[in-house]
Amino acid sequence: MSLLNVVGLKTSYGPVNVLAGVSFTVEPGETYALVGESGSGKTTVIRAIAGLAPAQDGSVTFEGQEIRGAPESVMRPLRKDMTMMFQDPVGSLSPRLTIRSLITEPYRIQGMKDRDLDAEAKRLLEMVNLPTHFADRYPYQLSGGQARRVGVARALALEPKLILADEPTAGLDVSVQGELLNLLNDLRERLGLAMVIITHNLSVVRHVADRMGIMYLGRLVEEGTTETIFNDPRHPYTRCLLSANPEPDPDARLERIALKGEPPSLLKRPSGCEFRERCPFAKDICTQTPEWEVNSGHGLRCLAPLS
Amino acid sequence: MTETLLEIDHLSVDYETGRGDLKALRDITFDVNKGEIVGIVGESGCGKSTLISSILRLTAPNTRFREGEIRFKGQDLLQASERHMRDLRGADMSIVFQDPMQTHNPVLTIGQQMLDIQHRSKQSKADKLAHAAKMLGAVGIPDPEARLKQYPHEFSGGMRQRIAIAMALMSEPDLLIADEPTTALDATLEVQIIERLQELQREFHCAILFISHHLGVIAELCDRVVVMYAGAVVESGDVREIFHDPKHPYTRRLIECDPGHIKERARVLPTIPGEVPDLANLPEGCIFRDRCDQAMSRCATEVPPLDQLKEGHHAACWLNHEEVTT
Repeated sequence: MSLLNVVGLKTSYGPVNVLAGVSFTVEPGETYALVGESGSGKTTVIRAIAGLAPAQDGSVTFEGQEIRGAPESVMRPLRKDMTMMFQDPVGSLSPRLTIRSLITEPYRIQGMKDRDLDAEAKRLLEMVNLPTHFADRYPYQLSGGQARRVGVARALALEPKLILADEPTAGLDVSVQGELLNLLNDLRERLGLAMVIITHNLSVVRHVADRMGIMYLGRLVEEGTTETIFNDPRHPYTRCLLSANPEPDPDARLERIALKGEPPSLLKRPSGCEFRERCPFAKDICTQTPEWEVNSGHGLRCLAPLS
Repeated sequence: MTETLLEIDHLSVDYETGRGDLKALRDITFDVNKGEIVGIVGESGCGKSTLISSILRLTAPNTRFREGEIRFKGQDLLQASERHMRDLRGADMSIVFQDPMQTHNPVLTIGQQMLDIQHRSKQSKADKLAHAAKMLGAVGIPDPEARLKQYPHEFSGGMRQRIAIAMALMSEPDLLIADEPTTALDATLEVQIIERLQELQREFHCAILFISHHLGVIAELCDRVVVMYAGAVVESGDVREIFHDPKHPYTRRLIECDPGHIKERARVLPTIPGEVPDLANLPEGCIFRDRCDQAMSRCATEVPPLDQLKEGHHAACWLNHEEVTT
């Protein structure tokens, strides 16, 4: 049984269809990356899974239990096993609580009164490589990288089975970014943690994700193992995204495929293939609506796939 | 014949704080030539922002210029009158900020804001609007005349950053300072912006001082690179020299850390252990010593000078100093 199973998830805010049916699964211990442009719905997907954004249709099952639209009384105990790492490291920490209170808050929320909170705080800080005296500090006394590690410590406090991480390395310096990714890789091996990670840094995806899904306008357009997607991208949008990754080498001459125009408005979704108007490879057939097709684990929504 | 536009000459800047003077910039020296794109790389706290605000002289009240000069077209800006600085800003030198969502006034139309920044021009309003529309077209905003009537919230993040670039280039400045202009944007937009900057640079021949911590963007866009660490220049040189033959251990480690550099999936990514030193309480010797895996006894006591290793390539490290002098 998959740890997380998302089927046809739909979210709309009034007339705006943010998610137009998203489906994917995450196995225990697996890292799944969601990539795509700003506004493609990545954050809404994980917020909807965690019950922090509405989802009008579809299904989300976690360890076999249906949780879409579940009331807080059902969600709260589940949040032991499924935690969230928010995008803004400093903004997600209350400025009025010490680091000790912040990282031990999950125990209080879950009513785990038997825990020695001081000892837990010490254990968690050590786990994310922060000095234990940081327990008495306030968020404003931390750098961005340190605040990020506090966010990781808090997400891991209850030893979850799944972490939903929204841009966990955004805004971090490269040296600190490596530290955080190493930490997550290490924890994954030791605790058997599964992760859904959102990022637009494709170099990060390559190093942490087992499988990845590419989102466009609130839908998956391609999905596969990270290796397959990097080596054999079939959807023109994926090809464009991968080619837009500046290399730290002045002599790297990339075959860059330019995306035309701006993402279309969600209020006026294009007919046929929704990527058609910006697609450098569009053909006549693309005025028809492409279906999601899966071929030996490689999912694709395109009528004129690249070879 | 290259002509120097901006010269940063042994610049040292302090911030007066309750804990004593924070030595934010120490002995910074580099040039920007006319029409050249110079990248400044460095991590949080390296002094990039202090450097920009010093060039524009938009510094906080507790800033003290301890030593050095900033010469723009030969004139020392640190001695210039406030009046003169006002004439330079937005005309001869302009800036694009990091966050496109916050650089525009939300309650004025883009057209009004583009009119306002042409306040020095004697042209008619119609001409100014036409100029604004032309600039929007130049940065690739479709249907510019109609778009002038719209408010910032009606544009996407990438478009807002392109509008900010259009505004910065309106007066055809000699120097454009771009402060992490792509950090808030995703990869496809980032590429759009840097390609647009390259095109505009060719069209307007302005020099660009491009600040970023994204090595890929620097490698793609810049002619020359200045690497900063904890308020000092540790290395500077041609972009190829810096990326293919880095001489300072910090530069080398920084490039190694970039996951874009590592093609195979790595179980453990390289990092630079340790923290940036406290600039209010500077350690003796080399500023990078604590985090350097090649530190020698000399590094603990003496600050390495910024040696010229070959024409146009400088590094501040005792390792190279030995080579230079022997």
